[in-house]
Amino acid sequence: MSRAARTLLAFGAAAAALAGIPATLALGNGPAAPATAPATAPATAPATASSRIVGMRRLTEAQYRATIADVFGPDIKVAGRFEPIVRPAHELIASGARDAALSPAGLEQFDAMARGIAAQVFDAGHRAQFVPCVTPDDACARATLAPLGRLLWRRPMTAMELDAHVRMAGAAAKAAGSFDKGLELALAAMLVNPQFLYVVETAVPDASGALVLDDHARASRLSFTLWNTTPSEALLRAADAGDLRDPAKLQAIVRKMVDSPRFEAGVRAFFADMLLFERFDALSKDPLLFPYFNSAVAQAMPEQMLRTVTDHLLVRNGDYRQLFLTNRTFMTRALGGLYQVPVHKASGWEPYEFAPGDDRAGLLGQAGFLAMYSQTGRSSPTLRGRAVRELLLCQPVPDPPGNVNFTAVQDTANKAMPTARVRLTAHMTDENCSGCHKLTDPVGLGLERFDGIGSWRTTENGAAIDPAGKLDKLEFTGASGLGKLIAASEDAPICAASRALEYVRGRPSDDSGALVEALVKAFADDGYGIRGLFLKAMTAPDAWRVEEKPLQANTHVSLLVR
Amino acid sequence: MAFDLSRRTALKGLMRGAAVTVGLPLLDCFLDGNGVALAATGSQVPVRFGTWFWGLGVNPNRWFPSVAGKNYELKPELAPIRELQPKINVLGNFNVLLDGAPNLPHTSGGPAIRTGRALTADRGLPGESFDVTIGDRIGTRTRFRSLEVSAIGDPRNSLSGRGGGNLNPSETSPAGLYARIFGTGFKDPNSASFTPDPQVMARRSVLSAVAEQRQALDAAVGAADRQKLDQYYTAIRQLENQLDVELTRPEPLQACVVPRKAPPNVPVNGEIETVMLNHQMMTDLLVMALACDQTRVFNMMFNNGASSLTRIGSTVTHHQLTHEEVLDNKLGYQPEATYFLTKIMEAWVYFVKALDSVKEGDRTLLDNTLVFAHSETEFAKFHTIDNIPMMTAGSGGGRIHTGIYIDGQGTPVSRVGLTLQQAMGVAVDKWGTKSMETNRTLTELVA
Repeated sequence: MSRAARTLLAFGAAAAALAGIPATLALGNGPAAPATAPATAPATAPATASSRIVGMRRLTEAQYRATIADVFGPDIKVAGRFEPIVRPAHELIASGARDAALSPAGLEQFDAMARGIAAQVFDAGHRAQFVPCVTPDDACARATLAPLGRLLWRRPMTAMELDAHVRMAGAAAKAAGSFDKGLELALAAMLVNPQFLYVVETAVPDASGALVLDDHARASRLSFTLWNTTPSEALLRAADAGDLRDPAKLQAIVRKMVDSPRFEAGVRAFFADMLLFERFDALSKDPLLFPYFNSAVAQAMPEQMLRTVTDHLLVRNGDYRQLFLTNRTFMTRALGGLYQVPVHKASGWEPYEFAPGDDRAGLLGQAGFLAMYSQTGRSSPTLRGRAVRELLLCQPVPDPPGNVNFTAVQDTANKAMPTARVRLTAHMTDENCSGCHKLTDPVGLGLERFDGIGSWRTTENGAAIDPAGKLDKLEFTGASGLGKLIAASEDAPICAASRALEYVRGRPSDDSGALVEALVKAFADDGYGIRGLFLKAMTAPDAWRVEEKPLQANTHVSLLVR
Repeated sequence: MAFDLSRRTALKGLMRGAAVTVGLPLLDCFLDGNGVALAATGSQVPVRFGTWFWGLGVNPNRWFPSVAGKNYELKPELAPIRELQPKINVLGNFNVLLDGAPNLPHTSGGPAIRTGRALTADRGLPGESFDVTIGDRIGTRTRFRSLEVSAIGDPRNSLSGRGGGNLNPSETSPAGLYARIFGTGFKDPNSASFTPDPQVMARRSVLSAVAEQRQALDAAVGAADRQKLDQYYTAIRQLENQLDVELTRPEPLQACVVPRKAPPNVPVNGEIETVMLNHQMMTDLLVMALACDQTRVFNMMFNNGASSLTRIGSTVTHHQLTHEEVLDNKLGYQPEATYFLTKIMEAWVYFVKALDSVKEGDRTLLDNTLVFAHSETEFAKFHTIDNIPMMTAGSGGGRIHTGIYIDGQGTPVSRVGLTLQQAMGVAVDKWGTKSMETNRTLTELVA
């Protein structure tokens, strides 16, 4: 059995266990054995009279890759450049995905990737797993494409859609002179279709007449939120059976999904979005000033943060608030240099525990956070303070005014102003600036014992660093002091809950006070466990509602003349 | 030439009439029938349009000429363009009007110039950028409707798009740009043999089938999603078009010299020498993409708005320097920050020269191109967005006059976008929104 097939079987079994379906049943009809998959398709379009498309959320790069690995096996390579999804200010990329259009250059890349994937799927090494028949005819094309289409589009293809793809395969086979080539092009067409590149959310009226996501849209939302990948066979079956609109069955399914090891992928994606990890792609540090910074360190930084997060929240079932206090983390050799701690393993990760009272405790003492919110050549109390407020407490800090005057800020070479505290205090004498800097700088100044890449230091330009900080009216010392304040603050769990809801729905939660409150309560009842938070976010009936938007004409009129 | 006369007449009508609507057929004929100067061979030479962006403006009193008109004075920071001055226009004193929207530092200026709209939230572009509009006019027959390039290597470093979450991502490395232009699918226009690839033909029909499935989706979506679908199907059409080009025997192009091999993989980061080198390599590739008629529209981003350019060993970036470096009292400017501006102008000159060094008939590639260069602030230290420095290079095939300093006298910056679109044949008589809506063409620019 190929690696891909093995993975698919394992996947199918896990998924079946989750949805409470006997494994054998799910396996028999799983993607590993497409021959017996249900090829019957409803004759109606997915959007029936009562159902409407209420949203289209573009797949992220991670979701695209995970989907391909799950459907076709992890040995299928995805080679190409993904058009970035624009992050709206103060929002998640999950919200940006709802706005994300595709540019011609972006689609060109998706097209190339689709053809690359399809060519591998039907090559000599793989085709047997996906082509369940011998005679190269339309019936065989149909039997091959129907189950793949169902997995890729996260719902059964309609008869019309399936017919179109079978015709496409036939025509292409004739033109290219090979049956497999025809299948390849039809599969590539599925992979470049908006039904694949976007998670299409369809909604139907519930008993009260309010619009709620329909069965298959629910399966997608559950799977992409919790596992960051396409719905499994088992989940699609649950959707087929209407289980996802039955509160008790939904509760059981979500419970199993958050208890599954695959929830880790969802938690990673959520925190990467919440903490703006795309910034790591562009992270650069001056090699002369920071000899400890290199590509191994740059790669390890976000991974260290995510390992800390998932270990604390999932492996240990920890309290979210304790994430800012925990002494536990993980190290690589490369990070050992930066942290100045011994690392035994020459390669890979090993657990590490800081001594009690170490200022490194919690996420805020991690090099990734400290380096990301620094300038290329030095630390930045302003950026760090702003990140703490905006990302962890959901307190937006205004942008600097347009006509800002920076004359009060002196250059770093000035001997009279050796430390950031002295320089920023000078800057704060300007009334126009002090309003916002009062929000950010006192928070960030408490982290000044970490330099531009998060290495420990006690002096800057020869002058001792004072690690005193202030968050609103509360004074603290160092990263661990700030961590304690965040952990004790009311805003931190509210912020996490509101972000989780935004992540689930792909839109900001500002207008959903009651729902956020309910989430915070569930979060608290679960001892601030991440599982409890997402369990509630995925089962609260209100979270499945969509607000009605009138169908209206295109608001943007292009000057385009065709 | 009769053509010149008729166009002048048309554009004058456009400017002087209060709200003249220009009929499409008239403008059409400029481009498709008689609009383009004929090369010695008798075949038509295409007209190209592109932008060149740099972040963080200039030191205004050391860059802008003092007096409007021809033979403008070259102050120290503009001096590097001396050799090319007859082909370069400088535009000053045009204002960005935000109608109460916040001036988001380093973010508001660029989109305002490119879309004629004020950015109301930091959410991509507030509307379609005019390079895209021009691309819809002149760029539909080439393999690529446009090519976007970021010399500093950030795919998000782009001011080109249709608005609404759509941003044309930039190519980030010379090797990537080479693969895109000259890799699979490239047909050498000067190659003796040509056979259409049956696989490409099959792909072409598959894409048509994808496009045909649009109706079912369209019926069920709301406005926001329909807009996304519009953009998706526009992209599909572009892809179909690309395949059509691959299936058509290309016209021989004398200026097209295909690079023999891919450029080496080089580091991509904000260090100024790296960016200069990448900019040179990417410029050379882009110039050949134009000469080989793979695209007629381009967007080159030298650096980003809040420039993250650095010099090795320095604790601060270009952006930080503009804010934090003290004004040198003797010099009257910030020497460290200005160092980067010197490099930027050096890069701009390289770019224009590269276009000017390619001969197309009795003209150069630059003569057949209109390049619009601009920044996003006037003086970065204070984030000022009035009087943002702008230039044009090349005459777009004789469509605009060159070698002039144009003083906008505080009028909206959208006049520039309007004029350049009209010069490129876009049927538009007024452009921009709210205070930036204008129908006032820059008459002194129009040839």
